[in-house]
Amino acid sequence: MSFFNNAKNVLQQNIREYGMYIALFVIMIIFTITTSGTFLSSRNIVNLVNQTGYIAVLAVGMTLVIIIRHIDLSVGFLAGFMGAIAAIALVYWGLPVYAVIPMVLALGAFAGLITAFLVAQMKIPSFVASLAGWLIYRGAILVVTEGTGTIIIPDEAFNAIGNGFIPDIPGLDAFLPGVHKLTLVLGVLAIAALVWGELSNRQKKQSYGFEVLPIDMFIVKLVFMSVLIGAITWVLAGYQGLSWTAVVVLIVTLIYNFVMSQTVLGRHIYAIGGNPDAAELSGINVNRLIYVVFGSMGMLSALSGILFASRLQSATTTAGNLFELDAIAATYVGGVSAAGGVGKVVGSIIGALVMTSLTSGMNLMGIGISYQYMVRGTVLAAAVIFDVTTRNRGK
Amino acid sequence: MNTPLLEMRNITKEFPGVKALDNVSFQVAQGEIHCLVGENGAGKSTLMKVLSGVYPHGTYSGDILFGGEVQTFNNISDSEKAGIAIIYQELALVPELTVYENIFIGHEIRNGFMVDWNETIKRATEVLKKVKLDVNPAAKIKDLGVGKQQLVEIAKALSKDVKLLILDEPTAALNEVDSENLLDLLRDLKNHGVTCILISHKLKEVIEIADTITVLRDGKTICTLDARNGQVTEQILVKNMVGREIDNIYPKRERQQAGEVVLEVRDWNAYDPKAGRAILKDVNFNLRKGEIVGFSGLIGSGRTELALSIFGNPDSYHLSGDLFVKGQPRKFSHPRDAIDAGVAYSTEDRKGDGLILIQDVKQNITLANLVEIATRGVVDNNAEVRVANEYKGSLNIKTPSVEQKVSNLSGGNQQKVCLGKWLFVKPDILILDEPTRGIDVGAKYEIYTIMTRLVEQGMSIIMISSELPEILGMSDRVYVVASGKIAGELPVEEATQEKIMHLATN
Repeated sequence: MSFFNNAKNVLQQNIREYGMYIALFVIMIIFTITTSGTFLSSRNIVNLVNQTGYIAVLAVGMTLVIIIRHIDLSVGFLAGFMGAIAAIALVYWGLPVYAVIPMVLALGAFAGLITAFLVAQMKIPSFVASLAGWLIYRGAILVVTEGTGTIIIPDEAFNAIGNGFIPDIPGLDAFLPGVHKLTLVLGVLAIAALVWGELSNRQKKQSYGFEVLPIDMFIVKLVFMSVLIGAITWVLAGYQGLSWTAVVVLIVTLIYNFVMSQTVLGRHIYAIGGNPDAAELSGINVNRLIYVVFGSMGMLSALSGILFASRLQSATTTAGNLFELDAIAATYVGGVSAAGGVGKVVGSIIGALVMTSLTSGMNLMGIGISYQYMVRGTVLAAAVIFDVTTRNRGK
Repeated sequence: MNTPLLEMRNITKEFPGVKALDNVSFQVAQGEIHCLVGENGAGKSTLMKVLSGVYPHGTYSGDILFGGEVQTFNNISDSEKAGIAIIYQELALVPELTVYENIFIGHEIRNGFMVDWNETIKRATEVLKKVKLDVNPAAKIKDLGVGKQQLVEIAKALSKDVKLLILDEPTAALNEVDSENLLDLLRDLKNHGVTCILISHKLKEVIEIADTITVLRDGKTICTLDARNGQVTEQILVKNMVGREIDNIYPKRERQQAGEVVLEVRDWNAYDPKAGRAILKDVNFNLRKGEIVGFSGLIGSGRTELALSIFGNPDSYHLSGDLFVKGQPRKFSHPRDAIDAGVAYSTEDRKGDGLILIQDVKQNITLANLVEIATRGVVDNNAEVRVANEYKGSLNIKTPSVEQKVSNLSGGNQQKVCLGKWLFVKPDILILDEPTRGIDVGAKYEIYTIMTRLVEQGMSIIMISSELPEILGMSDRVYVVASGKIAGELPVEEATQEKIMHLATN
């Protein structure tokens, strides 16, 4: 009995945090049933991850922007524009990949700083400033692709980012044939790191006498997360292993999650979102952090553009269309508060996965695009309603 | 005897932890100008909010009789329908709309589905004539001065057939000429049968214009005086406003020989570009090591603006004058600079711009000095908990754990969290703006004890406070601020509530 009571309490107290994991889980189960298992096939999961990639990196950046109570609508076409620049640099200027990527990332960051200048210095609402950017970058894509139309990218290294997989450990072909060994190893390491991290965190909290999960719930949580990571790893390893896109998203997530949860910078960003006036009076330079956040958003837009161009192996005239809205939807589904100050990078990634899972699952079921939009809109509204009502109850 | 136009009987209004109005009774006769005076927080505004339905019927106890009938207002529009109009200190006009649009906003003159603009302009012109305001009705509000805006507000009230006009500090933002015009207008309206309640801190004008004066103190009616025969003086009013015994809740402190000057401000002027007026004029003051200097003055006198202008000027006033911190001339361009120079400022509005309510106690305490507990930009979570627990202990913050959200704490404990935040930056100069506003007596005493301990350790404190007993009980010296100027400096031995009130209201 106490087990179920514990489970009920923990769920009630953390419903906001766990809600989206549960949602993702439910959505995956529904689609697995309705598609007779196709949804959970290795091939589809890999596709799902690669499709999520370019939205996920945007959602990460957007999380920070929304936390400080702003918005950036320009990111979609900025991503498309940066993808086009990358293609032009590779194809027409003949620059090598290792020069193109940092250059494009820097350009993206610069574009973000321009938005930040309008917001911080000129005091233009970010909605308007970035809407101007939306129009300008949309035009810019058309300008640079005017002569050529779609630019095909022949560079294999570049295209591998969106389509390739990490290499396997050489010389182990005989052992577990057909399974990607390096992916398995990484999966096991991730589980180990998770368990170790949670355990030491729990110990630390206990040593300060803070409230921790009851031990049975703690074990349930660990098992649940380990099984989840294990299952994903197994599915991926059964196909061609971890894709480069997944690696990029993982690295971006890890870095941003670390910055937001462990560093002075992250704490200042949350403080600004929580109460900008109090933050300013506590000696935090709010304007400076607007530059940092929008600059990072611009850089991640460029990364998104690279991922997308690489995936299509070309730069198209419509690249980036509606990315910004997908990214914003992902952050809201992921529990970022529109009121600012609340939200986690990991949540937004889950939010992005929820939204792409919906698309992918409905595609497999053969549901028309018109209904897909309506379903995604409903899910977005439901997620935010859930967020708002659970928040009010918390008070 | 006539029935009074308004009678408020035994009004009691409580907020969590505070009795804002305690059995207040209040009568206004037909056709008089009735002035309501009292210190900050005496309950004047609360009483008017009860009357106008901002606090709806049922959230207070007692009866309101208007025109001899019991009224149960549930919102402002109920009281407006009955003929009561309130004009607040912060004017409720839409700057981008024209004068005539503002006058009839919310009760537009209709012709079928459409607004009848011609009739509107005609009626606006008439009512503007009544308030003797000579402006083009088509002028935009933002192009008028504050004095004229005030008159538009009155015109707006008159356009609604007002029986009782309430003005809350109407002359606070006006210059002498505009004030005089306004008072003349009120007399004129009185002759035309409009009854008026005037809330004001300026006792001279109160005595000049009032027929009757009611004094409130600590949420109670102290007295109602007939001012028509010219026997009421400022002294009498001040005595009634402050006539409270100083409670013995101030910790004893060894008044040491004052140390060297740690903060000095010379010929300090500030202009607020947003408000479009000068807010500080030729301010000179100093603060010595180990001293508590009290800054007294009425709300809006410029005390908070003075503190902010010193503390990195976050509101971007245009400043002139010299600031010396520990002998060094300084110019701070951001609160960070001030903090780095050893100055801390704890705000008067702890919920508005002091605390981050959605974050927990430890995050709030470490916010202004995260660098201290971080290595190469990474926050040491253990050190954070340690620091927070230290302040939880030394300031006696009552919370189950430092991971509690500050929104769940009581006002007194929230104030201690604010204090903790600023003590953690280890300042030499601590500016406390209304450090005990809205907190209970026990917590007040604790905060006084902490302040005493801090100055004994060599810190210097500027305490801005609206509570005179607190100013007298805690300070070594007192500056009185009025209308953006230092109206006087008093050693605490010579300072009395009457003297301070006198300086502050002149």
